Parts: sequence; C-alpha cells; structure tokens
Amino acid sequence: MPKIFINNNEIEFKEGMTVLQACELAGVEIPRFCYHERLSIAGNCRMCLVEMEKSAKPIASCAMPAAEGMKIKTNTKMVEKARKGVMEFLLVNHPLDCPVCDQGGECDLQDQSLYYGFDGSRFKENKRVVKDKYMGPLIKTQMTRCIHCTRCIRFATEVAGVSELGAIGRGEDMEITTYLEKSMTSELSGNVIDLCPVGALTSKPYAFEARPWELKKTESIDVMDAVGSNIRIDSYGWEVKRILPRLNNSINEEWISDKTRYACDGLLKQRLDKVYIRKENQLVEANWDDAINLISSKIKSTSSDKIAAHVGGLSSVETINSFKKFLEEINVKNYEFREKDFYVNSDQKMNYIFNSSIQGIEKADFLLLVGANPRHEATILNARIRKNYLKNKLPIFSIGDPGDLTYPYKIVGNKTEDIQKILDGKSEINNLLKKSKNPLVIIGESALELKSGKYIFEGFKEFLYKNRFINEEWNSFNILIQNAATVGALDLNFFNKPNGSGNFFDKLNNHNFDLLYLVGSDELNFQKNNEFIIYQGSHGDRMAQIADVILPSPAYTEQNGFFINLEGRLQKAFKATNPIGNAKEDWKIFNLIVDKIKNKNLFINYKTLIEDSLSKIKENKNIDTLPELQTKKINLTSGNFYSEEVSIRPIDYYFSNPVARASKTMSDCRLEKIRNLENRKTG
Amino acid sequence: MSLKKIHDNQPDKFEFTKANLELADKILKKYPSNQKKSAIMPLLYLVQNQNENWIPLAAMKYIGKFLSMPYINVYEIATFYSMYNLAPVGKYFVQVCTTSPCALRGANKLVDICKEKISNNQNELSQNKLCSWTEVECLGACINAPMMQVNEDYYEDLDETNTKKILNSFLEDKPLKPGSYRNRNNSAPEKNQILTNGHKNA
Amino acid sequence: MDIKMLKEENKIFKNLYNEQGWELENALKRNDWLDTKKIIDKGRDWIINEIKASELRGRGGAGFSTGLKWSFAPKKVGSRPHYLVINADESEPGTCKDRDILRFEPQKLIEGCLIASYAVNAKVCYVYIRGEYLNEGKRLQEAIDEAYSKNLIGKNACNSGWDLDIYIHYGAGAYICGEETALLESLEGNKGQPRLKPPFPALVGLYGCPTIVNNVETIAVVPTILRRGAKWFASMGRPKNTGTKIFCISGNVNTPCNVEEEMGIPLKELIEKHGGGVIGGWKNLQAVIPGGSSMPMVPKDICETLKMDFDSLVEVKSGLGTAGVVVINKDEDIVKCMARIARFYKHESCGQCTPCREGAGWMWRILERTVKGEATHKDIDLLTDVTKQIEGHTICAFGEGSAWPVQGLLRHFRKDIDKRCFSEPIIKKKRKIPYLIDQHKLESKDA
Ligand SMILES: Cc1cc2nc3c(=O)[nH]c(=O)nc-3n(C[C@H](O)[C@H](O)[C@H](O)COP(=O)(O)O)c2cc1C
Ligand code: SF4
Ligand code: FES
Repeated sequence: MPKIFINNNEIEFKEGMTVLQACELAGVEIPRFCYHERLSIAGNCRMCLVEMEKSAKPIASCAMPAAEGMKIKTNTKMVEKARKGVMEFLLVNHPLDCPVCDQGGECDLQDQSLYYGFDGSRFKENKRVVKDKYMGPLIKTQMTRCIHCTRCIRFATEVAGVSELGAIGRGEDMEITTYLEKSMTSELSGNVIDLCPVGALTSKPYAFEARPWELKKTESIDVMDAVGSNIRIDSYGWEVKRILPRLNNSINEEWISDKTRYACDGLLKQRLDKVYIRKENQLVEANWDDAINLISSKIKSTSSDKIAAHVGGLSSVETINSFKKFLEEINVKNYEFREKDFYVNSDQKMNYIFNSSIQGIEKADFLLLVGANPRHEATILNARIRKNYLKNKLPIFSIGDPGDLTYPYKIVGNKTEDIQKILDGKSEINNLLKKSKNPLVIIGESALELKSGKYIFEGFKEFLYKNRFINEEWNSFNILIQNAATVGALDLNFFNKPNGSGNFFDKLNNHNFDLLYLVGSDELNFQKNNEFIIYQGSHGDRMAQIADVILPSPAYTEQNGFFINLEGRLQKAFKATNPIGNAKEDWKIFNLIVDKIKNKNLFINYKTLIEDSLSKIKENKNIDTLPELQTKKINLTSGNFYSEEVSIRPIDYYFSNPVARASKTMSDCRLEKIRNLENRKTG
Repeated sequence: MSLKKIHDNQPDKFEFTKANLELADKILKKYPSNQKKSAIMPLLYLVQNQNENWIPLAAMKYIGKFLSMPYINVYEIATFYSMYNLAPVGKYFVQVCTTSPCALRGANKLVDICKEKISNNQNELSQNKLCSWTEVECLGACINAPMMQVNEDYYEDLDETNTKKILNSFLEDKPLKPGSYRNRNNSAPEKNQILTNGHKNA
Repeated sequence: MDIKMLKEENKIFKNLYNEQGWELENALKRNDWLDTKKIIDKGRDWIINEIKASELRGRGGAGFSTGLKWSFAPKKVGSRPHYLVINADESEPGTCKDRDILRFEPQKLIEGCLIASYAVNAKVCYVYIRGEYLNEGKRLQEAIDEAYSKNLIGKNACNSGWDLDIYIHYGAGAYICGEETALLESLEGNKGQPRLKPPFPALVGLYGCPTIVNNVETIAVVPTILRRGAKWFASMGRPKNTGTKIFCISGNVNTPCNVEEEMGIPLKELIEKHGGGVIGGWKNLQAVIPGGSSMPMVPKDICETLKMDFDSLVEVKSGLGTAGVVVINKDEDIVKCMARIARFYKHESCGQCTPCREGAGWMWRILERTVKGEATHKDIDLLTDVTKQIEGHTICAFGEGSAWPVQGLLRHFRKDIDKRCFSEPIIKKKRKIPYLIDQHKLESKDA
C-alpha cells in the first residue's frame, strides 16, 4: 500500500483516496463544509486547505488525490491562516442569528467558527440579504444563511436523481433555488436538511419545535416500508418531534425517505387513546373490562371457522407472533397479512426476500424489474440502484411501466408473454443477461398479484437457478416486499397456504366471516356487511371507523419490537415515547382475552414473548445480519401461464399507511404532488 | 453582477421559427452527437434573436426540452452569463463600458449622456421605447476608449458631442454607422495627437 | 532616448491595422499558408521541439511554455479524441489584441490551428470567442469558410493528410470564461465555473478528453515561428522572454494603440514612442498597470527603467500578463481607479469558491469607502488582510487576479491612502451607503 506523510507521521492509504481521507485515517481532523463523502467533490468552500510540500499555495485536501510519498502538514501557520481566512469570509455575509436559527446547536458553521474563527467580526459593510425561496412543504428556507457549499444541489442531482436545484446568478449574488421555486419532486428531498451545514435549509414541519439538546434521542428502525431504514427518534415528552436518519451502510447509508422522516406528525393525530364500543351505531367510550368481556363472549359464541384475522403492515414480529398464538388458542385458522392476494411461497426464506441484499445492488451488472416500482415501493433501495447506475451505467430493463425511476431504463414489454420470452431464452435481453456476472431480477408484488404470479415466480427461480445465477456467491433472485411486517409474517406463516381451507380473500368478500379481528390493519379492500369487527391499533383510520370494538395499542415508536426487513435482516425497534392514553401493548391485550376465555396466560412476560418469537424466525436469528445464502437445496415447481398485462399497481405514496394518512405533512406533500402533476400537464 | 430579474409579463409560448429550427440543427452539428448540451449558449442567442433580444421563461423551457436538459440548468445558465437578457431591452440596446481603461478616458460622461437622453435608470426603456442602456464591464476595445456597444456594433473613440449625436440617431431610429468616431485606422496610433488636459475619471 | 523599434521585417502581424486587407488573397501575399504542408511533414516531434526551442510562452496571461504544454498531450490518441481549444475570450481589462488578430489576421490563427491541432493530435478545434466580439467572430467565420474552400483546412488539409474542423463558439459576457477550465465548462454547456485541478485539461479536458487550450496570439504566431525558425524568434528579446508581442497601450496616453514590439522593450519607450507619451508629459505619470487589470500596478519611479517582459516584471512584483498597458497619470484618483477594478472583479467572480465570492465584494466596498474618505487606517490594514486571505486560497487564478491589483495599490500608494483615512472607527460616524444593500432584490416580487 502506498504511504503518505501527515504531519511527519507515515501512514498507509488505499489507492484512490483523497488527502482529506488519508488525514482522517491518520486521526487528523480536517474542517470542511462542501465535502461530503457520499457526494461528488466540489472543492468550493476552501475550508479544508492543508499544506503540501513543494506547493507554494495550500491545497484543498478534499479534492487532491493522495499520492505516494506526499508530505502533508495540517498544523502550520499557513494552514491556520487559510482556515481563519476562509472562516471569516464564510461569516461576513452570514447572519449571526444563531439564537433564532433552527440549526443552532447542530450547526457546522457555529461549531467550526468556534475553533477556527476570529473572535470578533471585522466586516463593517452591510450584509447580503437573500430572499427566501419556496421549496415545498418539507423544506424551510432561510437563504441569507446559505454558504453556497452546493451540497444540496449535488444531493438532488446525484442521489435523488432530480435535477431541480441549482445556483442561479453568479459571484456574491449567486442564489440556490429550485426552478421558479417549485418544490422538489423527490421522495428523498428531506435529506438536504441534514446535508445543509448551516440553517439555510431546515425542516419546515419541525420549525421552532425544539432545540436539539432538549430532545430525548432513541435509536430505532423505520416501518414505513420494508427497507428497515435506521432512524433516530427525537422526542420531547410523549411527542415525537422529528425523525432523523442513522448511518447504516448496508441499508440506508445516511439517507431516509421523506415518508420515514416526516410522517411522524401523524403520530400525534387521530390517535386511538381510549377503548370504544359501538352502541346503537355510535362508538362510545368504554373501559377495558367491558371490551374484553364483549370480545370474549363474541368469540365464544362464534364458530371458529367464521372468525378471521388480519394483521397490518406496520406490525412487529412480536405482535404477529402473539396474535397467531392467540388465534391458535381459540382455534382460528383464517388469518392473513397480505392486503391483496399475491403469490407467496414460504417454503424457504430465499423465496420472499431480497437475496442480493441492498448493498449488493452496487455490485450488480444487469437489472431486470418485473412488475416493480422501487422508487415508490422501497425508496431507499431505489437510491442504491441509481448509485450503481451513476457509477457503472448499470443496464436496467423493466417488464411493465413504473414511470420515472430517477434513472433511465428500457421497457422490454408489459405482457406476461414478454416474461415467457425471457424464460424461454428468446428475449432481446437474454444475451446481455447471459453475459452478466451479477445480474439482479427484482420481482414486485404487482407481478405476483397476477394470475400468472406463480408462473412468474417459480419460472424465474428455475431460470436463474439453472443459469447458475443462484449460486454460492450470488443470488440474483429478489422479491421486492412492500410492508415492514411482511417478511416477519411470512417467517411465522401468518397466512392461509394455497392448499389450505379456501381463499381468505374470497371468503372475506363473500362475507363468509362473522367476526373480524384486525390488528393495525387498514388497507384491506373490504365492504362491511354484518360482520362484527374488532379493531386493535393506534390510529382511527379506515377500519376503526367501521369497527364495533376499538382497542387502542401503541404505534411503532411506542413499543419495542423486532422487524425483519426485505433483505431478511432482523432489526430491533426501540420504544421512544410512552403509548398515549389507555393504550396497551398488543400482546398484553391478547393475554387479557385468553385469560378471560381460557383462564390462562399466553405469555408470562415480554421476555418469553421475545424468546418464543425469535425461535420461530427462519434461518437467521442474529440481529443486524443477513441470512446466509441457502442455495444447496432448492425446491422447484411451476405454475400456469396466463396471457395478462403486467401493470404496476400505483401506490398512493404519501398515504400508504395509517400514520402517514394522519400526517398533515404527508397530506401537504400529496397535494403538492398532485399540483405539480397538473402543472406539468398544462405547461 | 446583481441577480437578474425575470420579467413580469411573460408570453405563454415560445417556439423556434422554421428558419431558426434549421439554424439550431446546424448549430447542433458543431458538437459531438452525445454532447447536445454544448449548444445551449448558441441556442439561447437564437432565442434572443427571435424574441426582440430577450429570453422569456417559455423559451427556457423550450430549450430545456430541445436539448433534453433540466430546466434549472437552462435557468442557471441564463442568469450566469450577463449577455442573456431576461427582460425586454430597447430595439437599440446601448452598453457603455465603464471599466477603468474606459473610465480613464471619460466613460462616466457617456453614462451621464445616456441618463439624460435615454433614461435615468439602467435597463429602462426610453420614452419612445426605442432605446435602453446599461453599464457593462470591459468590452475589449480599451485602446479605442471610451466606447460603447449598441446591439452588435462597437462605437469607438467617443466624446461627448458625438455620443450625443449617436444616441440621438437611435432615438430617431436612424442609426449612425459604428466604428471609430475620430476617423482612426482601427487600433493604429494616431499621428500628432497630443492631449494636454486629462480626462478626469469617473 | 535611444529608440530602436522592431524592424518591419521582424513583425509577425503585418496587417494589425488592416492596411493590407484581411482576406485570404491578401493573407497569402503576407506568406500565410506558405509551405504549411512541408511544416506538417516534418512531424509532431519536430514541431513541438521547434516551438520549445523558440521559447514561446503563452500569450494568454500565464506565460506557460507553449511547446511544453503541447508535449503534455498524450502521444497517441486512445479511445477519446483530442481537442484544441483557442481562447479568444479576451476579457481582461486593458487588453484588446486578440480582437485585431481575429479581424485582421484570421488566416494566421487558422493556420496556427491546423499546425497546433496536428501537433497535439486534434481533429476538431473550437474557438471560444467572447460574445461581445460578434462581428470579429463573423469575420473569423468568413476566413474559416475561405480556408475550407481552398482546402487549407477540412479533410486532408493542405494535402498534409491531416483532417481539421474548426468551429466557433461564443461566450456570453463572463470574464471568468477566459480561465481555461471555466472555458471548457462553458463550451460543454455549463456555467463557466473553473474546475478543480488536477486533473489538467491536457489529460482530462473538453468532454473528458485530452485538450490543449491556447490563446489566440500564441497560436497565431506559431506558423511564422516554424517558417522562419525557432532561432529567429529566440533571437529577439532575451532568453525565456523571446520574440515579439502585441502590446495594448491604453489609458492616459496621447495615442492609445495596439503595437507589435520586441519582447523586453522598455516601458518608457513603449509609451513615448507608440503611445504618444503620457497625457501631460512623462512627469505627469502616476503609475502603470503593465499587464492587464490582474497585474499589480507599478509606480512612476519603477516605470523609468522597466523592461516589458515576463521575468523583468516579476522582479518588480508585477507581471506581463496579457501586456495590456494601462497608463494612469497624475490627474487621476488612483484609488478610484482601483476601486473600479475591484468592482469589475466583484462583478465577474463566478461565485463558486468562498474567498473569491465573499472577498471580491469586500475589497470593493472598503475601497469605495476609501474613495469617499470614509475609511479608517484600520480598514486599510483589514483590506491588506483580505487580499492575503483571498490570494492562494481559491480554485482558480481569478483570486490572485482580484487581490493583486489591490495589493499593488497598497504597496505603492499606502501613504497617499493613509492621508485620506482617519483614525476613529467608522461605526461611530453616521453614513449612508445605499449601494451596499441590494434593495431591488427585496422589492421585486419575482426575483
Ligand atoms: C480569471 C482568468 C481569466 C483569463 N482570461 C483569459 C483570456 O481572456 N484569454 C486568454 O487567452 N487567457 C485567459 N486566461 C488564461 C488561461 O487560463 C490560459 O492560461 C490560457 O488560455 C492559456 O493559453 P496560453 O498558454 O496560450 O497563454 C485567464 C486566466 C484566468 C485565471
Ligand atoms: S476564484 Fe473566483 S472565479 Fe475562480 S473558481 Fe473561485 S469563485 Fe470562481
Ligand atoms: S471541504 Fe474541501 S473545499 Fe470544501
């Protein structure tokens, strides 16, 4: 490995590193504003200047490639002078309004000026004033504070893949803006707030809500989709004030989607905090005892094959497990986690996860999407695809038309025949696929919903297996799961197997059930007839409105819980705030009912629940790791082919779950999106 | 350079004329076929030519589509370069160089005359709407100072008298010829030209 | 004074004032395109070595050895084509020499393009002309068309076996686009913001391909050097500062003009002989900006003996730059003159990097206050600091270009400036500086 001298210390570095990175290796901190390791190098803030032997001028360490034998000094007069100078320039036109700035306390400029700045301002001229820009419902702008580091522009064009931010004008009059001040049409836009080193771009919903040091910080997992982004929940009392990303290179790097970040105000609204029982078509406040009594007697008086259960997409492994155990206890076999009927095969874990892994996407050299829209179904995963596309010009194909994915792709066709052609080796893309080393096939739920779902699923599996694209090193077979609960539910087999006692969805819609027990489930397409509905959950959403009994339970930020993400990675979410009102944790509610009916406990305590739940998870029981690739024994079957169109079910992105629907921010985003679409049509 | 203002009254539509479409195609041929974006600057000029010397928003969108580049980039470029006008200018657009070499030879007087004859403020149309003027940085004709550019042409070696004459000619829509107003042979030294008292600079 | 003018026969630009006509037929009479094929037949190495031997230094401002620059281009064309780009952005205040080459000696430039393109393996050459030089560009286009029609350029140009296409690209009013990487950005359809170096354009330039950027004058003298020999060129001036150069004499002189002279000509001779003398006589001279606005001024006492070449000017802490000589006499307020130059740099900063973006305006504002007598001695110390904080800390040399002239002023005229300053802090004094607030931005509805 090549060597470099940092302040006379010799240190080895990896080829391709910059001087700044080499300094970090040596444990020498270099101040910076514009540099960000996940963005392209701009080298424009000039804060990272260091001294290089044989160079008369200091060099920008963020932009200079490290080279063998280079001699770098970071502690000389020259460097100090340069830093001080740059710092002063950054501050001359920056308002010193830290006391009223939302960035206060976590501002790079504030911090660094403490170390590198002069103690007083020597700038006596009037400061520049910049008009604030409208950037949509999420981002609050205070453009006078901007230090023109262009991180936000680079993020938007590079990571988010929407070239909508830019710097107009020039010189000291340069201003950052969107085109004619339209909001950004990206599901990742909120990340610019974290990237902005000063308070120019801050969170609009969070504006003036709190100071960072007043907040309790809880590290947790997001449940808005099946990606399992790592988050930090900042709360004040019982309120979740904001959600921030937590670095996890295997999953979300340091980004989160806007839904993950901003749906949290939905945790404060439309909450179920009391027990309700329907009396004379009115939901009336009640107490737990009455409700448990009512439910027990209903269950006792209903034949168990007339009882059905459904669990929602935000549920933890523990909830699903205790729910199932409870259902088994009362002999109920009609349970389901899917919201629409799609083909699943839970024989092997490989059958329902994203086997190549999110990080693995970067290694791919071929990508085929089958009935999937990763941008809306797994936003963060989509950013990885774009990353690979930017780096390697990844060739991307799609069956079905998912719309703008932020990278170019070619639609191979949108009929099942086009899939058949690929499986038969007769498609235009077969050649390229054959030549690839690490291909990716991503099958979306929309494809599995088709009558040919089984054909597509089993067909691709066989095809990839036979072509050695499922091997010890690489598994190219990927299912794109949409809900945080899905992999857990599949591990626990919380669904009617195809050869089970008839189709859950047919029965449901033919009103064959008399009693429905819904846990956090609001997405079922269902018209109520005479069913008695128990709704247990956190939000008074669609199903609570038609329920006969409502049992309040905590939201995802209010209880501990395990989640398995779409890669099959087990992660733990932590309780950040206390559940509101009279809410009880799901497993405790089941305990109460079972106690009433059978006079026994399902679980003695939370610990036994966890032990029991973890023991049922397939293959991978270690936290934060991926399941091992199981490619030795693969069961192959096949399904019937039907001629169908592969249409990708659109997702109401900002409204995809009860928390999001309760969020004012999300509904603002949704309106803005609709408005933008209309504008696009007219102009 | 202060940030350019976008004009209040914007036309709804912009499209190249047939002749300009042909020109645009010719322009595109100058650059490698995968580097269409290079044509943005000449195309913005083409827009100005077609649209009375200024670029409306609709045209920026049009160019963005034409070159398949994001609108914001077109907007960035239109505001970065000073020769793109985002609001109407006079039919005769007078640009007076006031950078030091010209200032040393009395450019400030030219500015005064512009204020008097055209309009008190820069970038404002004259009363008869024919002229507008602005101060610009060095136009690269320092040895023919003071000078000004009107539309495409340079008027050089000016003094107060002939500047007035020239401006009047525009205001009357009967433009005088460009070039040196001391009958100089381009950039050659004049013979026997001895100036005794200096021009005080601005 | 012993005046020895450049002999007529040693002048390269015989039609600088268009006394003979710019058209191809006239150019041919001036030996343009004479035996171009023979020159090319001698091969790349010969051409590059001959240019190295002539010690030609770039005429665009930096004075980098042209032969050396050409030798940086990869010897073989790989997967990416090579480009030659001619820098005709000429925006440095005080400079207007390239303009005359474009309009009166275009064939010299075109022939130079062919030879240089051949030497650096380029088959496409772009000429980046500042937008304001529309007429000069039209003239060059006519000349290019003439050259095409006589097969001097195009396929198998001059029967040399080399193909060359030349295209004109106009800038649009941005001084920074003269900086070579900003120019390339602009040519690629971006804002003209300079790139980080390394990599240098010779390896990664236009469209990521190896690119050589040269000034108009640099390229236009190449054919004559190769025809008359490196020795001839090197015999003029002194080592490392060879040949002839077009000087632009502007400001307070009686007969401002462009003139081709021998490198190293005494400044006084240049002004007296060609510029017709300082207005009010030599004794009325205050200072001279010797190389375009970016170069620090030199006061009268240094001007007495100053020789106009790269190294002599560096010795007096200035530079030859573009050889745009701006003469300032004692009738002028020198601070005002410099404040105007500072305003130029504030106006032209691309805004990309911090020291230049924030520093240029700061310098201007302090100078502007100094002109009005509203500055304190401390302000002037601060101004000195600001120039030092810009210098050397920016992405491109614009930073130096904006700081040096102010440093020059402070170096030579600090005493005069101090006389206009007072001691108490300005803040106590009531003042109105309306131009400091960009009010229009706040008022406008849609800015
Ligand atoms: C701010 C700035 C402006 C410049 N402007 C010009 C210019 O207008 N014309 C020019 O030829 N070179 C200009 N240069 C120099 C170019 O960067 C480059 O050095 C030159 O084109 C190289 O050509 P040469 O080696 O033939 O001189 C400028 C440099 C800087 C830093
Ligand atoms: S020094 Fe000035 S002109 Fe050069 S890159 Fe920086 S901001 Fe732009
Ligand atoms: S961090 Fe290197 S220039 Fe900004």
